[in-house]
Amino acid sequence: MTAVVPERPVGGRLIDQFEYGLDAPICLTWELTYACNLACVHCLSSSGRRDPRELSTAEAEAVIDELQRMQVFYVNVGGGEPTVRPDFWHLLDYAIGHQVGVKFSTNGVKLDRARAEQLAATDYVDVQISLDGATAEVNDRVRGAGSFATATRALENLAEAGMRDFKVSVVVTRENAGQLDAFKALTDRYGAQLRITRLRPSGRGADVWDQLHPTAAQQRELYDWLLANGEGVLTGDSFFHLSPFGEALPGLNLCGAGRVVCLIDPVGDVYACPFAIHENFLAGNVRDEGGFQRVWQQSALFAELRTPQTGGACTRCAHFDACRGGCMAAKFFTGLPLDGPDPECVQGYGETALAARDAALVTPRSHLDHSHAGPVRGQPTLLGMPGIPAKSCDESPLAGLDLRSGVR
Amino acid sequence: MAISAAEGVAFDPDAPWRLARSVALRPEPFGALVYSFSTRKLSFLKSKVLVDVVQALADHPSASAAVAACGVGEGQRATYVKALADLARSQMIEERTSVPPTTRTLAAGPCTEAE
Repeated sequence: MTAVVPERPVGGRLIDQFEYGLDAPICLTWELTYACNLACVHCLSSSGRRDPRELSTAEAEAVIDELQRMQVFYVNVGGGEPTVRPDFWHLLDYAIGHQVGVKFSTNGVKLDRARAEQLAATDYVDVQISLDGATAEVNDRVRGAGSFATATRALENLAEAGMRDFKVSVVVTRENAGQLDAFKALTDRYGAQLRITRLRPSGRGADVWDQLHPTAAQQRELYDWLLANGEGVLTGDSFFHLSPFGEALPGLNLCGAGRVVCLIDPVGDVYACPFAIHENFLAGNVRDEGGFQRVWQQSALFAELRTPQTGGACTRCAHFDACRGGCMAAKFFTGLPLDGPDPECVQGYGETALAARDAALVTPRSHLDHSHAGPVRGQPTLLGMPGIPAKSCDESPLAGLDLRSGVR
Repeated sequence: MAISAAEGVAFDPDAPWRLARSVALRPEPFGALVYSFSTRKLSFLKSKVLVDVVQALADHPSASAAVAACGVGEGQRATYVKALADLARSQMIEERTSVPPTTRTLAAGPCTEAE
């Protein structure tokens, strides 16, 4: 072998082991469809319309068979809105029947009483209801009118059906950062568990990140709140960029992209992480020869991501061991170098780096956008109401037409 | 001798144990991942010897016997017993209720040779 591949250390801390990757992901996100009934302003996958190349039922079953062989204990299923796939409930049963547990995220649109009872009677299923405001006012501004009512109805149905340990999943924004206690109270009321995650500038999130990402003061409050309430609140690996405030938060304090996590998207493409739907982080496709296992174990991209970072501004920072330079996707989609600070670096280096960006810099955009082309019922109001011409001819027939799409 | 754990689950190294039936174990380069489908908790076995010990539990009359059979020396014994106590507390291993097998030498397997 001529390439210099760093040797995995023997023993030592787990976090050092994780940097070198695992034989199979710990936590795999699988987005079953880009179709969604909502049009959330911060959607990480720019979902809305179904992709015609979506994996068929048989192909999805083959992926589950493979995950079983690789002993992937559970998958985080999302979308889009996964429950709008007609074979969603079948695939759920299929996965459980093959020793692959399922945690799925939903806006609650299909969780009527009957489905709630079905879920309550099924082992190995976890449900996460997405809610981005503890009140309808805050939530519906980003997720759309009526979405708070839909989510809370689903929560009620699950609670009434006797479902246990279901989750309320919150993306922390500038508008809801002051509602953490209210979220906890709401969650407790349904006997559910609170899960909070970080807003990333991924997908449509890039369009609203400047407006919605928590302020520096809110980040500090969030950190203090997590320290005080962390044991009962799930965060995944969301907030390790806050660790340099002091002690490390519970959870995985490491970017797991391509090391312990990855994403399978609705058409079978495998990306390093759910927040990194971009060609630069595309490792392969489950339809390729060798399937998912070959992508996970042999892709050049993942091999590169499993090489510990040795250079860059962050490695010289006293806090590097605490935050490991933060979130790869957050840096990438804000146009920052991947070996430099996270845009929300709590030492303030991120703000400096953002300010130092070349004025002419065009931040990277995903090559995919499945956003609804037309207006959506209950459209979020954060971005303002769309202008409606008084008469159809008051506006040019070409207005709003994206001419760039013709030359792709 | 029983080591009492924080949540009141006692770990008796002289009792027979096994990997809990709701737990799956996946070997990894550093050791193994264990996942409990009932508690939805993930844990890590940080050495290959510990993986061997956990997998050997079901074949020995006691946890102590499994530890000894995997070639763990007296100086290391307490570390492994503590690791097993932690796994018992998090319900990754469970006490066997079946009649323990008499001490026997396995014909083959991970613990027939000292590491």
